[in-house]
Amino acid sequence: MTQLAERHDSLAAGFEALKREPAFGHQGLAETRTQAFDRFLSRGFPTTRDEEWRFTNIAPIAALPLAPAAARTIDADVTARLQPAGPVGVSLVVVNGRLVDTPALPAGVTIRTLDTATSSDLRPMRPAGGTIFPELNTAFFQDLVVIEIAPKAIVIDPIQVLFVTVADGDAPLVSPRLVIRAGEASQATIFETYADASPDAVAFVNAVVDVDVAPGAIVDHVKLQRQNPVSFHLGGTFVRVARAGTFTSHAVTVGGRIGRNDIVSVLDGEGATCTLNGLYVGTGDALIDTHTTIDHAKPHCPSHEIYKGILAGRARAVFNGKILVRLDAQKTDAKQTNKALLLTDEAQINTKPQLEIFADDVKCTHGAAIGQLDEDALFYLKARGIGALDARNMLLHAFADDVLTGIRLETVRTTTMALVEQMLGLPA
Amino acid sequence: MLLEIKDLRVKAEDKEILKGLNLSVNAGEVHAVMGPNGSGKSTLARVLAGHPGYEVTGGSITFDGKDLLELEPEERACEGVFMAFQYPVEIAGINNTYFLKAAVNAVRKYHGKSDLDAVEFMQLLRAKAKLLEMDQAMLGRSVNEGFSGGEKKRNEIFQMAMLEPRLGVLDETDSGLDIDALKIVSNGVNALRTPDRAMIVVTHYQRLLNYIVPDVVHVLTGGRIVRSGGRELALELEEKGYGWIEAETAGARG
Ligand SMILES: Nc1ncnc2c1ncn2[C@@H]1O[C@H](COP(=O)(O)OP(=O)(O)OP(=O)(O)O)[C@@H](O)[C@H]1O
Ligand SMILES: [Mg+2]
Repeated sequence: MTQLAERHDSLAAGFEALKREPAFGHQGLAETRTQAFDRFLSRGFPTTRDEEWRFTNIAPIAALPLAPAAARTIDADVTARLQPAGPVGVSLVVVNGRLVDTPALPAGVTIRTLDTATSSDLRPMRPAGGTIFPELNTAFFQDLVVIEIAPKAIVIDPIQVLFVTVADGDAPLVSPRLVIRAGEASQATIFETYADASPDAVAFVNAVVDVDVAPGAIVDHVKLQRQNPVSFHLGGTFVRVARAGTFTSHAVTVGGRIGRNDIVSVLDGEGATCTLNGLYVGTGDALIDTHTTIDHAKPHCPSHEIYKGILAGRARAVFNGKILVRLDAQKTDAKQTNKALLLTDEAQINTKPQLEIFADDVKCTHGAAIGQLDEDALFYLKARGIGALDARNMLLHAFADDVLTGIRLETVRTTTMALVEQMLGLPA
Repeated sequence: MLLEIKDLRVKAEDKEILKGLNLSVNAGEVHAVMGPNGSGKSTLARVLAGHPGYEVTGGSITFDGKDLLELEPEERACEGVFMAFQYPVEIAGINNTYFLKAAVNAVRKYHGKSDLDAVEFMQLLRAKAKLLEMDQAMLGRSVNEGFSGGEKKRNEIFQMAMLEPRLGVLDETDSGLDIDALKIVSNGVNALRTPDRAMIVVTHYQRLLNYIVPDVVHVLTGGRIVRSGGRELALELEEKGYGWIEAETAGARG
């Protein structure tokens, strides 16, 4: 109990300090922050007694002496190393939650930050269904990046946003915040990467992303979480897809000690389409939790979801895929697949599909498959002369590739695959 | 002698399947192995290939002077042992051509040869695909995925043609093939018959042996080879079944 009080003391002290900074904001924002912080404090860090967190014990995060991350700079060679897609498209670098410079932008793309944000940038319409942590983000975010795509703009190259943590001192609480607004009939690819400058300094990244997909817009979203093996990552992505809009998400997790990714996507207009794909690779003591919600609020919306995991060492994963089909949402076509490979006896996954269907004329399928590498397939490859390690790698590659092939941009796809291979000790 | 199996005893899940099997195969020969369901034919084939599901409890297998039982499955394949599976495995997400290239180059590497370059590999692939009248589309698909029963069998022999092993062990490659495919596959196998290569052909049907003419026919029942003879043994089996041999061996033993 004293521990709990102390922990909140360190956050409360951080909050008081933030109040003295211009980033805290006046009236509107200041009030929003205070209310959010109060809500967070009244609930506190969830425990495993909380159904939503049953398998994900975040006591190690709650025990950190958290201090809001200080402003830091970073060398260009570090960014180059951490930015996996290489020098393509636009590259935004956010260090400890603050955008450090704005590059030249292609036609149709506007960027705003805390100084230039509109009130709706600061308080985006966010669907219910997330955790308490977006409240903590609202209390502490020190900057935000708003990416606005003008109506009808087709932005071919990816817009890369690299969120880097520089930890020097107490465990920093980093609160990255990104808002993506895709105007009517626009098209863009946003590639988020979360990484640490140091390979072994502890940080807690508590990220929030809000995505608004206007009618007919197409948003391709890739999130790569490659934090160091001692850091923590909680991320919430909130999406609203309007009529005939398309939102495609690929969430790839290859880092972090404990990570949880919550995606809530509301199909809020007829013909809205949503694809949520994910790949996670856990080794050592990593714990990777994925919670997704696809909310079919309107009729005639298809959704597809494939999540795959590869777990080695003592790694654990949680997958909870909720599909909500509201009374109105006739002709919904929802498909969910969830597969995991456990490469060791100690690796473990807890998985749960959660279908809540209130309409009667719908098609909803889900399937889960948890298992080891297919021994018959391994033997078949070896029986043709392929060495044991190569055979294993071929099968893992095939398993992962199935998810990554959905990423539209080849540079993004190949670099992501290279990271996954590196993680599994495969030759790249 | 290319292959010499002596007093081989094999168990799976505490069940003894092969109970003292002897078989010798010279280079250049084709041996047919026939026998009732469950007699141990596939077990023999899989043990030759090094399947991990079987425990060898006794006896020896010598391949070209080497102790085969000491080798990993991939080493056996590289040494030149090829088993055409009775039930080829479907492998989602691994392209057939990519797989073949990996296999061909793995075997080359084992023998200290450099990888085939893309052009050389495609030439080899085309030549062998033509030999087995393989559909181009099948080469681009995932290994065996969605192949018909007959296509899978043909693909096995196509792989054998690509890898040019020294011993081919064909486990019921003929079952599931229509009459045209049977001819094509048999032609493919016959094209690989050379003085330095041998085949063990497991089959239930003497029909196959009209196309792939064996030098020796063996009868495997109860985990042993109980009779060996020439081609005419296959005809006799077709006519009379296995009962009479089983009765004779039981009598001889009893
Ligand atoms: N991995 C295994 N575990 C347990 N039992 C096995 C295993 N493999 C084979 N057997 C058993 O051993 C016996 C021989 O099987 P095998 O597959 O070798 O027969 P076969 O001669 O090839 O038969 P068929 O003509 O039907 O193909 C059968 O009773 C079978 O059930
Ligand atoms: Mg058999």
